[in-house]
Amino acid sequence: MKYKSQAVAKLYFTAAIGLFVGQILFGLIMGLQYVAGDFLFPEIPFNVARMVHTNLLIVWLLFGFMGSAYYLVPEESERELFSPMLAKLMFWVFLVAGALTILGYLLVPYATLADITMNDLLPTMGREFLEQPTITKLGIVVVALAFLYNIGMTILTGRKTVINLVLITGLIGLAVFFLFSFYNPDNLVMDKYFWWWVVHLWVEGVWELILGAILAFVLIKITGVDREIIEKWLYIIIAMTLITGIIGTGHHFFWIGTPDYWQWLGSVFSAMEPIPFFMMTLFAFNMVNKRRREHPNKAATLWALGTAVMAFLGAGVWGFLHTLAPVNYYTHGTQITAAHGHMAFYGAYVMVVLTMISYAMPIMRGNKANNERAQVLEMWSFWFMTVSMVFITLFLTGAGIMQVYLQRYSDAPIAFMAAQDKIAIFYWMREIAGLVFLVGLVLYVMSFFVKPGVKVNA
Amino acid sequence: MRETFTKSMARNIYYGGAAFFFLIFLALTFDTVSGLSKTDNSQNLTGQVAEGKRLWEKNDCIGCHTLIGEGAYFAPELGNVFTRFGGSTEAIKAFIKSRPKNGIPNRRSMPQFNFSDEELEAIAQFLKYVDGITTARDWPPNKQG
Repeated sequence: MKYKSQAVAKLYFTAAIGLFVGQILFGLIMGLQYVAGDFLFPEIPFNVARMVHTNLLIVWLLFGFMGSAYYLVPEESERELFSPMLAKLMFWVFLVAGALTILGYLLVPYATLADITMNDLLPTMGREFLEQPTITKLGIVVVALAFLYNIGMTILTGRKTVINLVLITGLIGLAVFFLFSFYNPDNLVMDKYFWWWVVHLWVEGVWELILGAILAFVLIKITGVDREIIEKWLYIIIAMTLITGIIGTGHHFFWIGTPDYWQWLGSVFSAMEPIPFFMMTLFAFNMVNKRRREHPNKAATLWALGTAVMAFLGAGVWGFLHTLAPVNYYTHGTQITAAHGHMAFYGAYVMVVLTMISYAMPIMRGNKANNERAQVLEMWSFWFMTVSMVFITLFLTGAGIMQVYLQRYSDAPIAFMAAQDKIAIFYWMREIAGLVFLVGLVLYVMSFFVKPGVKVNA
Repeated sequence: MRETFTKSMARNIYYGGAAFFFLIFLALTFDTVSGLSKTDNSQNLTGQVAEGKRLWEKNDCIGCHTLIGEGAYFAPELGNVFTRFGGSTEAIKAFIKSRPKNGIPNRRSMPQFNFSDEELEAIAQFLKYVDGITTARDWPPNKQG
């Protein structure tokens, strides 16, 4: 570790992994509820499990992004972090606020949570992914501002590299577009239109800048390839991201009461959204092939390459699958969407955070790389999680195709629940794949505790 | 990449491209929002409908259902439930009201929310308003949602 203030990232990464485990446990609960509908009812109804699952994902990815920024910005800026104290303080604020919010979901009915947090003063709750009480949203804004101030001051007073600038642009965008979560008009079409300004412009916009910056940083470190080359790639990848992705928002405006021109604009631009992901794959493999050193951290290299491939498959290919308006007419809001969501989030954002953790955590714990045994176990966990996620995606895709046919496409469409009963087998297989994912995650956590010379049953 | 393609060219494409397309997006947003009253059924957006939307949100209905295709995929689409229930707000209210407190064994069940008659009416009116939004190609494809 070049600067000792980088160590604050360790807190953030530890919390991220802990919340990741919670996210997967609730995913398994939901998966079971899909086939055993009364499981945990009425104590943990599906909607509560889903909120916990998706909100934990968002929160732990944000912990991962912040941890990554705290680790890489000082190194790129060639100075200590502006205020390690502020970073530690904000960590605890965010963790406590996040924990209280999740406990609120679990311990009281959602309507009661809305009442005790005075949602009526500024109603923002009850919209997908933005279920957090308004007061939590305000807390997120405070944490984000303190974080941006800390990172921004470090960059401004230090070396300004392309990676730093791209990262901070992505993070500022993240904070700015989150502000649209406070806009909740009675008009449902307006509500939906600007809801996408948070959701789409995050995951298919500014988050990709953060992803690109983190990946570029790790690739510079593990391959030793000239910074000039990597930075050129980074610029051109994120340029393509924004050129296709901004108007690409239109693929969410097909059926919500917005004008017909979005059918064309949304289809054409979002059909190009896989391009930057494909370039990212070329980029990662090219850089690793042209490596000028053999970095001892093989696991981090595997995660970096895995991110590039899985992001292309999940976000690129599975996104393209249902992004053209004539296709989306049938697939919108079915299990096809769920299939895409799972592999895209895992491939792009989960994996890039795990890439950074894999690279940085050993260094923060005093080694350039983990011992051989720990790395082997970590790589096993990579394959367990990644392959099982491929199967989760395939099973959900199968379920989605059947659902579309039965409920929307055949000559005699059947009711939603009747169709769900007929495709239950896919949900069972998805649940089994989910259990394999959990095995992978357990191996992942164990890999942090493997000592050299200790026998591992992997 | 070739040496003739320099980093500053890449940077200019990034800044120029992002700014250009974001401005176009803003212009399209302006056009969309200013013409929305033709399709958004805002003429039927009463105080009662707004109250229904608050209740929809306050009980996290989106956590199981989709509403015009967006939400969770655990329970039926509700953007066209008014049509599916034969154009009857009474049928919607009766359905919500009759959910058993402890669910149905082995089945996905909707919770019993204990709404007052007034609240039920507001929710039903909200769903009727949503059904009145004009979507492209009259999405969803059929009444099953």
